[in-house]
Amino acid sequence: MTAAPPPALEVEGVAFAYPDGHQALFGVSFRIQPGERVALLGPNGAGKTTLVLQCNGVLLPGAGRVAVTGLPVAAEHLKEIRRRVGIVFQDPDDQLFMPTVAEDVAFGPANLGLRGAELETRVKAALAAVGMEEHAARPPHHLSFGQRRRVAVATVLAMEPDILILDEPSSNLDPASRRELAEIVTGLDVTILMVTHDLPYALQLCPRALVMNGGAITADGPTAELLADAELLAANRLELPFGFDPAALRVR
Amino acid sequence: MGGGHSHALYLPGTSPLHRARPQCKLAAAFLFVLAVVATPREAFWAFGVYALLLTGLARVARLPLPTLARRLVIELPFLLFALFLPLVGQGERVEVLGLSLAREGLWAAWNIVAKGTLGVATSVILAATTPVPELLRGLERLRLPAAFTTVAGFMVRYADVIVDEVRRMRIARISRGHDPRWIWQARAVAATAGTLFIRSYERGERVYLAMVSRGWTGSMPVLQELGATRGQWLAALCLPALAALVAATAWGTRP
Repeated sequence: MTAAPPPALEVEGVAFAYPDGHQALFGVSFRIQPGERVALLGPNGAGKTTLVLQCNGVLLPGAGRVAVTGLPVAAEHLKEIRRRVGIVFQDPDDQLFMPTVAEDVAFGPANLGLRGAELETRVKAALAAVGMEEHAARPPHHLSFGQRRRVAVATVLAMEPDILILDEPSSNLDPASRRELAEIVTGLDVTILMVTHDLPYALQLCPRALVMNGGAITADGPTAELLADAELLAANRLELPFGFDPAALRVR
Repeated sequence: MGGGHSHALYLPGTSPLHRARPQCKLAAAFLFVLAVVATPREAFWAFGVYALLLTGLARVARLPLPTLARRLVIELPFLLFALFLPLVGQGERVEVLGLSLAREGLWAAWNIVAKGTLGVATSVILAATTPVPELLRGLERLRLPAAFTTVAGFMVRYADVIVDEVRRMRIARISRGHDPRWIWQARAVAATAGTLFIRSYERGERVYLAMVSRGWTGSMPVLQELGATRGQWLAALCLPALAALVAATAWGTRP
């Protein structure tokens, strides 16, 4: 008998309060299957980033549980959890801190114990996946913002994660960089959770979306349907850009 | 982005001096300076030999001497202090150009000027032939605690980011009509400094989060083994060995 593969990410009844007493999450539950691309939508302060940090054990839930491909997020296997969950943070300057691009991409896999030729192959493959091979030897702060964001994606890809979490991937990108990043993301063979309030980007990249507000999941469904529901969007402080017709979404 | 600040002192090249392992260069520079400092101040010729050695080194590395000379300016404040010594020194006095100067003070001033200049010249050559990240790796190889080299590395990496932030905040300030001319207008500048501190602190936290998320457990992974061979060490240590010889001779021939 073969059991169904465990979900790539399973969040069950997660509640969390910061040490200062501010409660950010109130019983969040959802599942993401392997290979899915899911958008996590919500206004500022909805608890999106707090939720993301639960997924790799930087924050541990006060109640409930999180599991990554079957492995519960707990202190004893944080190392494996952090290999399985790759987070690309919003500001690439926070993520790229090594002297050169190649060293930065090597940082994660080297922490996993990889060395020598194996490490080099990983770095090359990750940089190739985002089209940044020729910049390997450059210092990150000499790259353009879009290039830095792509390198940030590579630093996480190099760890061969089971699930890739992108925090506001389209913020501060010009339209061309935005499109290039979308092409890279759709070309990746990995489960993706994309945190954003860029609704068209979510629609373009993610067939499914979760809506989060006030520390709880308020909707879960096909992105196009959710974005066509004007009441739902208004209730969750989400807005489509000017000129974007929600009716046009239904026919897709 | 500003860019390039962190490499401002490095002059790219392919000379043997550029290619030498950073840990060898660091050790050689340190020992050379030790030898210089240990030389008796009366041995004028020895300081001449040191200066010649450094000039030779700069020639080998194809470093433009005028640029190096300009970088020596950094020691000016110390030299001013040295110039002061003959005027205030005690004891036997000599007449120079109508000024009554202390003999002991003159010797002390000469000592500081000669040894200081040679020391700064050594660091200038080292910095011109070694990029900062390599210097840090060299220090790591020389068993400097990783905490120091890591912190220094972050300083280098984020200097540009912070300078850029300062620039943006300044532009935002002057765009709202701020035109500080008098000391009592410094309040906004002070507030900027405070904001900058908090922002940098918060960035530190975010960088830490990003590192932990990629499996960091407290020590930076060693990506390249930059070991130096015995030959490389021997070549690098020629310079301090020569200097030590000069220093020893200077002591031996002292009147």
